[in-house]
Amino acid sequence: MSESTRLAIEASGLTKTYGKGAKQVRALDGVTFSVPSGTVFGLLGPNGAGKSTTVKILTTLATADEGRAFVAGIDVARNAAGVRNAIGYVPQKPCFDPTATGWENLALQGNIYGLSGREIKARSAELLERFGLADSAGRNTKTWSGGMQRKLDVALGLVHRPQVLFLDEPTTGLDPQARADMWSEIAELTQSDGLTVLLTTHYLEEADHLAGRLAIVDRGRVVAAGTPEQLKGELAGDTVQVELAEPAVNGHARAAIEAVVGVKDVSADGVLVRARVGNGAATLPGVLAALDAAQIPLASVTVARPSLDDVYLRHAGRSFHAADEAGTKEVAA
Amino acid sequence: MTTVVTHSSHLAVRNLRILYRQPVYLAFTLVQPMVWLLLFSQLFERVVELPGFGDVSYVAYLAPGVIVMTAMMNAGWAGTSLVDDMDRGVMDRYLASPVRRVAIVNGILAYQAAVTVVQSLIVFGVALAMGARYEAGAVGIVVVLAAAVLLAVIFAALSCAAALLMRTQDALIGIFQFLAFPLLFLSSTLMASALLPDWIGSAAKFNPVDWAVVASREALLSSPDWGLVGGRVALLAALAIVMTGLSARAFRAYQRSV
Repeated sequence: MSESTRLAIEASGLTKTYGKGAKQVRALDGVTFSVPSGTVFGLLGPNGAGKSTTVKILTTLATADEGRAFVAGIDVARNAAGVRNAIGYVPQKPCFDPTATGWENLALQGNIYGLSGREIKARSAELLERFGLADSAGRNTKTWSGGMQRKLDVALGLVHRPQVLFLDEPTTGLDPQARADMWSEIAELTQSDGLTVLLTTHYLEEADHLAGRLAIVDRGRVVAAGTPEQLKGELAGDTVQVELAEPAVNGHARAAIEAVVGVKDVSADGVLVRARVGNGAATLPGVLAALDAAQIPLASVTVARPSLDDVYLRHAGRSFHAADEAGTKEVAA
Repeated sequence: MTTVVTHSSHLAVRNLRILYRQPVYLAFTLVQPMVWLLLFSQLFERVVELPGFGDVSYVAYLAPGVIVMTAMMNAGWAGTSLVDDMDRGVMDRYLASPVRRVAIVNGILAYQAAVTVVQSLIVFGVALAMGARYEAGAVGIVVVLAAAVLLAVIFAALSCAAALLMRTQDALIGIFQFLAFPLLFLSSTLMASALLPDWIGSAAKFNPVDWAVVASREALLSSPDWGLVGGRVALLAALAIVMTGLSARAFRAYQRSV
């Protein structure tokens, strides 16, 4: 029990199957992870990986077929009402009421959670101020920008001062400026009130930027978990990326690079050839010499520390973009 | 129990606010009843000369029917706001909150009841301005409003149940097209009971639209048969309870499928 109170979220062996017979889809296939209190935890995965289903189970919208989950120390299956009072949930789709003003949106949400009129007024003013929405608060939200509307969605999830906030794809569909804004708001959430944030995302850089810890989800399972640094550190080594002047020669380039001492895996995709190497700086001269000897013209060469994309590739066995596109097609079909 | 009432009223206020912000919406819902009242009643003005109508003008005969018809027609669309909420993340936000589940549908039913009262009074006012006269007092009008509200609740609950089970606006439109006019014509809304063909007269006995029309017209007479009025209103109330229960069941089915 003391374990589950220190952990804001504890999920073990969650499974969920939708549909029946031939149409059956196994959305979750044994999801296990835990989130310490007061941290931002990222569930990273391509479309259709099972992130939203996991969040639906943790927020009591759906029930798991098997497995158990505790949120704020409360069993989601046995005491759904208790969980609902302890959490805030910002769904993937916009959840503000476009026919009401900012104030009215927050007031209804406060009333649902049983706040008094005075509390609602004070808390709404505080949230509107904090998210920079105070000037527009009296205007109909239909007229607000997309970034402002999304911030209101997050504010709605915070009205009742939850212990755990769930953000399902908080920045999908936002322009770069609005996304950067949202990132700084989310980063600040754990500073105040010791809030725990679970966010799902299919943006690698978002998880890297925001999450203290993360779990990579693929095909209904957690394939890797840890801090972004740990996950990248496990890959030990760097990536040398060569951009060719023309894609036709990528086979030759690949063969030339593979022959260089210190190079591990090489992958080629159009004009890009990527090589995993032990030490980028030490291996680069050899790579360049080999390409020069093979008379292959280059557009650019970069050495990079491992990214979450590399982490994903290693654990899921396919590149993140390929998985994301495949997932999007499945979802659409 | 008090939480249910509080949540229901907050959600009803949310819905009513839309009406208050965009009164033009209310005006749209009154176009059809005005056509019936201003044009249809004139076109068929002399139909009351047939034996069976009694000593009454057709406007006076038709007005309670138009009130009932308007209540049914508008309540049929009640589920569309649920479909909107499901399409957006609003429903998910509610479901992850401690909001009482029945309050989500109750909020819509309460809103529909309030709209029906306003519409009915407007239709009644126009009918009076057109020369319709009734011997009954305030009690008669209260019965007309009660019958219209109960019918609105019946159809709004049905519409909500359909919305929760089928989740598309198209399905709602389809169902409603299928129901509304047959129910209207299988009743004494437009034609005196005594003049209905036997089979329609028999069918009307099972038609909630006819229950509401019969109760309303009877209550507006100088000395109504209160047994008849009470019986029809009781039937409407019973069906309203059944339909509300059905919408609650549909809600549970929706939640299981999330």
